[in-house]
Parts: sequence; structure tokens; C-alpha cells
Amino acid sequence: MPKIIIDGKEIEFKPGQTVIQAARENGIEIPHFCWHPSLSVSGNCRLCLVEIEKMPKLVISCSTTATEGMVVQTQSEKVIAARNAVMEFILINHPLDCPICDEAGECKLQDYTYQHSVGESRFTEEKNHKEKRIELGPNVMFDGERCISCSRCIRFCDEIVGEKELTFIKRGDRVTITTFPGKKLENPYSMNVTDICPVGALTNRDFRFKSRVWEMAPTKTICSGCARGCNIDLWTRNNEVLRITPRQNEDVNSFWMCDNGRLNTFKHVNANDRVSGPHLRKEGQLIKCGWDEAYAKTLSELKSFAKDEIAALASSSLTVEDTYLVSKFVRSTLNMKNFDFVRKVVAGSGDAILIREDKATNAKGFELMGVEPGKSASGGGLKFDEIISHIESGRIKALILIEEDLIGWNPAFEKILSKLDFLVTISTNFDASTSFANVVFPASTYAEKNGTWINFQGRIQRIRPAVTTIEMERSLDGMSQSRWDKFGTDFDSWGKAKKNDARPTWKIISGLASAFGTKYKFTMAEEIFNEIAHTNPLFTGLDYDVVGENGVQLKTETVKKKVTI
Amino acid sequence: MAKKNRLKDLSFGQRIYITEIAKGLGLTLKNMFKPKFTMQYPEVKFDPPASYRGRPVLAVEENGQERCVACGLCSRVCPALAIEVQAAETENEKERYPEKFEINMLRCIFCGFCEEVCPEEAILMSKDYELAFTNRADAIYGKDKLLTPVSRLQDRINFVRQFK
Ligand code: SF4
Ligand code: SF4
Ligand code: SF4
Ligand code: SF4
Repeated sequence: MPKIIIDGKEIEFKPGQTVIQAARENGIEIPHFCWHPSLSVSGNCRLCLVEIEKMPKLVISCSTTATEGMVVQTQSEKVIAARNAVMEFILINHPLDCPICDEAGECKLQDYTYQHSVGESRFTEEKNHKEKRIELGPNVMFDGERCISCSRCIRFCDEIVGEKELTFIKRGDRVTITTFPGKKLENPYSMNVTDICPVGALTNRDFRFKSRVWEMAPTKTICSGCARGCNIDLWTRNNEVLRITPRQNEDVNSFWMCDNGRLNTFKHVNANDRVSGPHLRKEGQLIKCGWDEAYAKTLSELKSFAKDEIAALASSSLTVEDTYLVSKFVRSTLNMKNFDFVRKVVAGSGDAILIREDKATNAKGFELMGVEPGKSASGGGLKFDEIISHIESGRIKALILIEEDLIGWNPAFEKILSKLDFLVTISTNFDASTSFANVVFPASTYAEKNGTWINFQGRIQRIRPAVTTIEMERSLDGMSQSRWDKFGTDFDSWGKAKKNDARPTWKIISGLASAFGTKYKFTMAEEIFNEIAHTNPLFTGLDYDVVGENGVQLKTETVKKKVTI
Repeated sequence: MAKKNRLKDLSFGQRIYITEIAKGLGLTLKNMFKPKFTMQYPEVKFDPPASYRGRPVLAVEENGQERCVACGLCSRVCPALAIEVQAAETENEKERYPEKFEINMLRCIFCGFCEEVCPEEAILMSKDYELAFTNRADAIYGKDKLLTPVSRLQDRINFVRQFK
């Protein structure tokens, strides 16, 4: 490979790469605002100026192609002086009120001002005033004064989404961003501009002013919105999820995620209708009860039905670990066959960018493990449609519903569930389906447990807990902690955050199984995963560390014989 | 090193202590006729100088406008984690204000860092040193107890500005 020398360090580059790309790949950061690894080169911020030997003037490294033997200086006196001058120009009209700005703490302009500027302004004139608080679209707010005209947002809409929505208008220091006449910034990916905007000009309207970034703790996990499984950070404060931002993974979602995932996949975690503690229906009301009481009730009720009068339906978003134990329980302990997963495909809802039609996070996982949700319940039992019709005809009288709100998904199921004699659900929130339940077990949400999901590509990815339930402790469970989490006590008002009495599904299932006389030895999700890795060739050689932060592509083709979970 | 037998080193005069006791009493007697420093607190209140760091308070302008923009810097800098701020949006020119602002006076160590870091001169150390509680909850001061008119803080503001 050809070589180039940056700051005296010889590095290799791929032909065609620009200087900034080559530097970045080798861990040398050249400051930049307008350049973005996934967008076209615009070259307007001028911050990435570098000195290249034999070139008469400084050049911008984002649009200079690296060539063999090039000698680049990123820290020479000339470069530092130029950088400082660029920073001074950008700051001429930029308001100096970071304390009010929502970007403060994760702002590139702030960071670079510390790193590359002398910190004194010679500008004594009145700053340019522009419009503030402009609603560019339903989810994004624009502040004209903070914009540094880098054009990242415009290029994102044009190049990544392919929707021409944003543009510059006016000239010189009056230049500003606006939407095209009659248009709004409302593409399904619009909120990514708030991440790539290097300053606080574009803000997430859902999160605006809710919290300072340094008050939150980010947890690396996976979006639960669809089968893509975008890598995300869940940001929590006081045990509450406040926002989601995408996390770079070039194999899955690059730098992006969709607005639906960002806005609609965490509110149920904080919601007031969370199921906390097991509930039993007594005189028509769901009343909170102890775990043992709920297990005993479920045991005695289920025992009163014949095997073929019982069925189980589970969400296709269960983790691999939950699925493993649920299947084990249903097949071996209950010894029943009518067991299937609920397929959630919304035809026409997908696109060629990220969004998938399949709204469940782990459907591919079931397929790989030998069950095709809705198609072939293995072991000769009834499949989804048949279970539903059997309930309707009264042949199935009891149902175990796992992490799935059937009625919320399709209101037509209301009259099906009302036919049941006995319904036990494992639910995160009280919903339309739990209103028919006789027993409700409180399930941890995806934000409260460890586990793995297999996305539509066959890539296994880890979810991690960001919110604690009553049986968890941030420090002991190795969860991400903010300063307040770390040093707070139970007596601090923020330490009194709400914690639900919920358990991951596999744990609820273990409890239920032991009521039925079968003891599983698992104490954490990881142990279940390790057992799967030992027994299922698809997972050979995998453990939580190997899956890591970015997931692992399963060698799906090499597994000829389908294995049954 | 050989062990030193201290008793052996004392002279007779020293060993009977009487001279030393007399000296001590003499000092006491001398001080009885000197001017008194004791303040009859709580009948007489101590009026601290401007440099005094009493409990932190939040300044509110004469027109009722709070100065704080809920930037959270005081909360971040506070070494004792005493401050909790929840921001919210307003229609004012300065877009944010504290929806909730609480200082836990049991945590506060009166270091004055919050005052030093505040970009709006909103949080200031008052002269209030009378802080007594009978339970933990009472020690958490909300905006109702913290907001103080600027006029009552002028002394401190002038003092702080000398160092800006
Ligand atoms: S965009 Fe960045 S530099 Fe500008 S005010 Fe906001 S935090 Fe400060
Ligand atoms: S709004 Fe942000 S991303 Fe768009 S041009 Fe301005 S600074 Fe760049
Ligand atoms: S005086 Fe010090 S300890 Fe007290 S609130 Fe301010 S920063 Fe915190
Ligand atoms: S530093 Fe000042 S402006 Fe910022 S939150 Fe604290 S009191 Fe308010």
C-alpha cells in the first residue's frame, strides 16, 4: 500500500483516500466541522487546513487526495495559526452563550475552541442576529445564530435520505438554513441532523433542555424498533431513559437511525403503566401479589387444563436467552406443543435505507434456530393462525402470552382473548391484552436486561441494561454510571428514582418452572447464552465478550442442518 | 537509643507544679480585665462581612425575572453534589429557566464553587448561616427558599466582581 507521512509518522493509505481519511484511520484527528466520513466533501469550514510539503499554500485535508510520499504537517506553526484564525472567524457571529445552548458538552465548536483557539475575541462590534427557535419539522428545532453553515444537514438529507428538504439561503454572514418552500424537514431520518450538526443549531425537540449531556450515562445497546437492530446509546439519568442516539456500526446502521426508533422505543420503559410486581385478577381487578402466590396460581390453573387445551404465544422480540428458556419450559416442562411466535410484519413500511418491514427484533433468530414464526411451529404443534382459530372455536382454553400485546398489535384479537378461560401474560406494561389476563408477570424491558438479538442479516448483537429494576444495582451489575449515579445515596432526591419490581422473562420462566418442579440452574442471562453456545453449532465459539459492542455476523450458510431450540 | 527517664530530668520546683499553676492562673486573671469578644448569640446576631460564605441563594431581578438559565454548571462543579437543576424552555430571550432548583443544605460545604462558576451571576453565597433541620427532607431547599431579590445581595455581588 502507498505511504504518506503525517507529522513525521509514516502511515499507509488506500489509493483514492483523502488526507483527512488516511489520518483518521490511523488515529490522527485533524479538526473539522463540515467534513463527515459518510457525506460528500464540501470543504467550506476551512478548519482542516494542513501544510503539505512542496505546496505553496495550506490546503484543506478533506479534499486533498493522498499521494505516495506526501509529507503532511498538522501541527506546524503555520497550521496552528491558520486554525486559530478560522476559529476566530467562525466565532465572530456565534453567540457566546453555551450555558443556554443544548449542545454544550458535546459541541465540536466548544471543544475546538478549547483546543485550537487562543480564547480571546478581538471582535468588538455587534454580533449578527438571526432567527432562533425555528421549527424545521416536527422533530427538529433550528437556531439560526448558532449555525456555522457547514452544510452537513443539507448533505445528509440529499445524500443519505435522498429527500431534498434543506437548503442555504442568503449570502455572506446572513446565510442561513431553511426548508424548501412548502416543505418541512420530516423525512423518517430527519433527527440524524441533530447528531451531525457540529453545533447547537439543530436540536432534538423531544429532548430539548431535558438534561445536560454530562448528567446522563450512556449505555451501548440495540434499538428495539425493527429487525435492523441499529446500534444505539441509551442515555439515562435518575434511572430514566431520556434519549437515544445512534452508535456507529458500519455493518448495520453506519452513523444513523430512524426517527421512529429514536422517539418511540423508550417511552414505555419510563411509563407509569409499567407492571411492577406480579398481579392476580381478584373479583375482576388485577391486584398486586407476591411472586410465589402468582407462580402457585399459574401452576394450579394450568394443571386444570388438558395439554392440548393450552397454548403459548411469544413475541418475536424475545432475546435469544429468553427464547431458549421459554422453549425449554414449554416443550419439556409443560410438555405441550402449541407454541409459536408472533410475527410482526408491516408490509410496505420498510425502505432501502434502514427501516425494515419486520418490526420484531429477533425473528431471524427464531428462523435460524429452526422456528419460522407464524409458519412452522416445530414439533408438530399448532402454529399462530391455528392457535388463534382454536381459541376462537373453544378448543384452546388457556394461553400463555409472553411479552406481546396482541390486542395493541391488532384490535381484532380482542374478541379472541376474551374467549379464554385462563390467560397468563408476561408483560412490561399494562396494555389492552393484560386487561383480559388472570395473571400478569412483570417483565423487564429491553432496557433493563442483558441478552442478545439476531438481526435480519443474521448478526448477533448484545443488549445491555441501562435502567435498574429493584433487584439490580448500577455499580454491582456493571452498568454505565453518571457522576450522580456513582456518588448519590438513597437519601438524595435523584437517588429515589422509580424502580420497578420486574424480572427478565427467562427469570420469570425459571420461577414458573420450579413451581412445576423443574429447576434451571441459571442465575444470569450470560449463563444461558453459554449453554446455547455449547449446544448449538450456530453459536459455537461465541460468548458475550466475543459478541462485544458491535456484534458478530453468524455463519448462517455453513449451518446446514437446522437446529431446534 | 536509651530510654529517657523523664521524671529524673525534672527539678524539684517543676515536680511540685505549683509555679506552673500560678503562672496559668495569672494569665486567666490578666484576660479577665481585657475587652470581651464573646457575642451573645442568638440574642445578638453576627453580621458577616461581604466575603462570608453563607448558604447559596438564587438571585431574582427586581422585575421578578430569575437570573438562572439552568445551565447546570453549578450542579456539575459542586464537589458535594448538593445541587439538582431541571431545565425547561421559556419564551424569554434566554431560552431556558430552572423548572426545579434544589440545594441539599446537608450536602453543601459552602465552598462557593457554584457562585464562581455561574455565568449569570445567579447563584450567590448569602450571609445566612442559620441552618438547622430536624429531618433530611427539610434540608433540601427548593426555589421557594432560594430565590432572593438582587437588592439583598448587592454587597456580595460587589465583592465577587472584584475578582472577575
Ligand atoms: S453550539 Fe456549541 S459553541 Fe455554540 S453555543 Fe452551543 S455549545 Fe456553545
Ligand atoms: S444547521 Fe448545523 S449542520 Fe446544518 S449547516 Fe448549520 S451548523 Fe451545519
Ligand atoms: S457552595 Fe460548594 S458545596 Fe455548596 S452548593 Fe455551592 S458548590 Fe456545592
Ligand atoms: S450555574 Fe448559574 S445559571 Fe447555571 S444553573 Fe447554576 S445558578 Fe443557574
